[in-house]
Amino acid sequence: MLSVTEHKEIEFSSELIKKFDGIVTRYPQGKQKSALLPMLHLVQAEYGWVSPELMDKVAAYLQIKPIEVYEVATFYTMFFLRPQGKYVLEVCRTGPCCLVGAEKIMTYIEKTLGVKEGEVTEDGKFSWRGVECLAACGMAPVLQIGPEYTFYEHLTVESVDKLIETLKNKI
Amino acid sequence: MARKLLLENINVPGIHTFDVYRQNGGYRSVEKALKTMTPDAVVEEVKTSGLRGRGGAGFPTGMKWSFLAKPEGRERYLVCNADESEPGTFKDRYLMTHIPHLLIEGMIVASFALGAKTSYIYVRGEMMPQIRILERAIAEAKSAGFLGKNILGSGYDLELYVQPGGGAYICGEETALIESLEGKRGNPRIKPPFPAISGVWACPTVVNNVETIAAVVPIINDGGEEYAKIGNGRSTGTKLISASGNLKKPGVYEIELGVPVEEFIYSDEYCGGIANGKRLKAVVAGGSSVPILPANLILNTVNGQPRLMSYESLSDGGFQSGTMLGSGGFIAFDEDQCIVRNTWNFSRFYHHESCGQCSPCREGTGWMEKVLHRLEYGHGKMSDIDLLVDVSKKIEGNTICPLGDAAAWPVASAIRHFRDEFEWHVANPKEAMERNYGLAKYADPLPKLEEVASQN
Amino acid sequence: MSDKVKVTIDGITVEVEPGTSILNAARQIGGDIVPPAMCYYSKLEGSGGKCRTCLVKVSKGSEKDPRPMPKLVASCRIGVMDGMEVQNITSPEVIEARKGVVEILLINHPLDCPICDQAGECHLQDLSYAHGVGNSRYEFERRTFDKIDIGDKIQLHMTRCILCYRCVYVANQITDNRLHGILGRGDASEISTYIEKAIDNDFSGNIIDVCPVGALTDKTFRFKNRVWFTKPVDAHRDCPTCKGNVTLWYKGDEVLRVTGRKDQFGEVEDFICNTCRFETKNTSSWIIEGPRHIAQTSVISANHYEFVPLPVIKENQVLIEANKVEFERATKI
Repeated sequence: MLSVTEHKEIEFSSELIKKFDGIVTRYPQGKQKSALLPMLHLVQAEYGWVSPELMDKVAAYLQIKPIEVYEVATFYTMFFLRPQGKYVLEVCRTGPCCLVGAEKIMTYIEKTLGVKEGEVTEDGKFSWRGVECLAACGMAPVLQIGPEYTFYEHLTVESVDKLIETLKNKI
Repeated sequence: MARKLLLENINVPGIHTFDVYRQNGGYRSVEKALKTMTPDAVVEEVKTSGLRGRGGAGFPTGMKWSFLAKPEGRERYLVCNADESEPGTFKDRYLMTHIPHLLIEGMIVASFALGAKTSYIYVRGEMMPQIRILERAIAEAKSAGFLGKNILGSGYDLELYVQPGGGAYICGEETALIESLEGKRGNPRIKPPFPAISGVWACPTVVNNVETIAAVVPIINDGGEEYAKIGNGRSTGTKLISASGNLKKPGVYEIELGVPVEEFIYSDEYCGGIANGKRLKAVVAGGSSVPILPANLILNTVNGQPRLMSYESLSDGGFQSGTMLGSGGFIAFDEDQCIVRNTWNFSRFYHHESCGQCSPCREGTGWMEKVLHRLEYGHGKMSDIDLLVDVSKKIEGNTICPLGDAAAWPVASAIRHFRDEFEWHVANPKEAMERNYGLAKYADPLPKLEEVASQN
Repeated sequence: MSDKVKVTIDGITVEVEPGTSILNAARQIGGDIVPPAMCYYSKLEGSGGKCRTCLVKVSKGSEKDPRPMPKLVASCRIGVMDGMEVQNITSPEVIEARKGVVEILLINHPLDCPICDQAGECHLQDLSYAHGVGNSRYEFERRTFDKIDIGDKIQLHMTRCILCYRCVYVANQITDNRLHGILGRGDASEISTYIEKAIDNDFSGNIIDVCPVGALTDKTFRFKNRVWFTKPVDAHRDCPTCKGNVTLWYKGDEVLRVTGRKDQFGEVEDFICNTCRFETKNTSSWIIEGPRHIAQTSVISANHYEFVPLPVIKENQVLIEANKVEFERATKI
């Protein structure tokens, strides 16, 4: 349970609202709650995580109760309920990936970034976590980076090094 | 070369674009269905083809379609299940990435057959790139007149939307997927009512896997009878197999159902054998939830027949000595792999993915994971092995949805076939931390039937 | 003959309205063949199906389609068909499965009954007593949560929760604004408001009554007394918000708590408002109707001298055999 002391007023940008308006038209009248997952994805892409304030805003837009949004956001693992690094490296840790070295990759990422799973590096640039099967077992080991969910396949220690280096230098 | 129905043109450059796809015979089935067939005729054709659901359960698709209730004045929906998350399965990702129009073409024909005016493709949220590919492809198809109002002048209207998931394996279960599509937690519904009567927004709904929908295209193009000629017995047509693990050439292969497992693993047309010159120890043949089999049992049935890649042959022997085709997630384990560790890994997966709605699955999956963790890390007891079997039995069949079974089977089957390895872990905890059990007898020729019978 | 359907449960046939669930048909028969229910609540629409304690075996689907159902089914959510045959306590498979469910429900339960206000009227206690085994094979740390006050009258002790969802249904169906729900997933699910909020509206107190365990308790009664030392008395008053039909729980002359009137299945007859529940604790505000009947199997009935009704199943040989222990206990008194 969170105890929120300060409440920040957030306004969604007009582009975001426009996108929301578009999504809602996909569903029959009165079934706008279906837009919740796509909307949360958009919100997370914009803000990096889904804070309680953002969720309340989403609830207000969809005319549903805030708890309905909390219930959904906490159920699905893709939504971050805490602030994350700018790049979140999500490494698949399920069986087929482990057969070809996913555990080694995770240990290596932990060592290279110097933070534990779920933590954020000091410069705020990186965090990482193990995730369950990403349905890319033939390209294992794999990782993905949101919000675009770009995919990196056949990972090796070297390719991970290169990836982290590239991201570090990216502004 | 085996016949390819879905992936025939996969290597044509630009096949992901509407124009190239169309030039290569794409959208013919839409023209044929909408201009020359009635919806019921399409359903009949699919029934004739013998197509079975490719998502895992293998339920006959035509029959599923014919169950759809058609009350007057109510919308009906087709939802494509692209929430591919079963460990070992990645065929849908492949198909959507490389040949998205095949799925859209199938969606149009299937929606027409079911009388759906709005259809959704529910794609797991992690596949954002695929979502964008599909959205682009839908826009292309729409501007070419294959979607929207009055498609090809037939008077049939269809809107097609892509819906992202949020990261939950359970949403691959059709009623959980429906809940998720409604913007709720992915808690599977208690059946009945079945989606065919009351699905999305309480309207009659059909949920089909990506590959199932895609298979409708060749069925309509060439006819159900033609399709049924391919394959083996009640396993008709082709199937995409996602091959992963310690194989020389992992990847997605389209096979004619009925290919011998041995050929699939070792021939150069398919996986090309085990990587790094190792020997095969075990195979999970249909995605992580189906029973794991040791090398000798996956290559041959207990009757000494070569095992085939088909629904029937893979399940030959029942749970005692068989497995299932499932979703076609073929995971090969070489001799260096530890079955205990892998079982723990799968168990963690199911524990992580349990929705938590019903008690046996919510609590039982965590319990199994903890016991397996203890076994893997050298703190296990001999009694743990039977405890696991017992807990898995308490979950199996007693839950709302099949996730309970999916969590129970890998554990029960691993112990059934690899009990020595589990016992070795308990007896030699220190050694088990340093090295793996190895191939042991798991690839030895099967004992003759009479010997098996006398052992039981 | 009306259009009622016939269903046979453990050899006892009953005629019920079409659409009745197996569980409710069994409740019409009564006695030992009623499957236990931890999550189903007849007054809450959509409840049930989750705890899996009410699993039964359908050995004959219906007159038309006599095939048995392949798996055990949740009796609270499966409707009866004409000619259906169901086995509950006569099926060893059901007994075994139920034993498993009880063990599984208990692995993460703190078993802190000695300090739990619910003790004595806890459905999980009753369930374990009736269907469980003496010991647990679970050897790991149990899941725990901090206690939370949701408002000044209700305490949420999530550690005890079995996630029956009843309180969520109450908030949805009885109150006008749901603030709490199920958060998280799997065995990390919890009842919560996410952000600290007081659940406070006219009917929020009913979540205490529907909670089958001690996860939601009445803070105004907290640690005041054990329920079996208190005397339940039915009373009513003219309440502007609810029907005002309650049970007062007395210790001496003092009303320690007020609850809805619970029937033999632990369900309240009417939901009551918070004013009746929390703020009307003086006898003078109530018109007393008389002592509340408490099932003889309940510990609360200790020290109550009431007529013991004869067990329903006395005539049926199959059941007598299947249920010998219970039968002997019941007839001894």
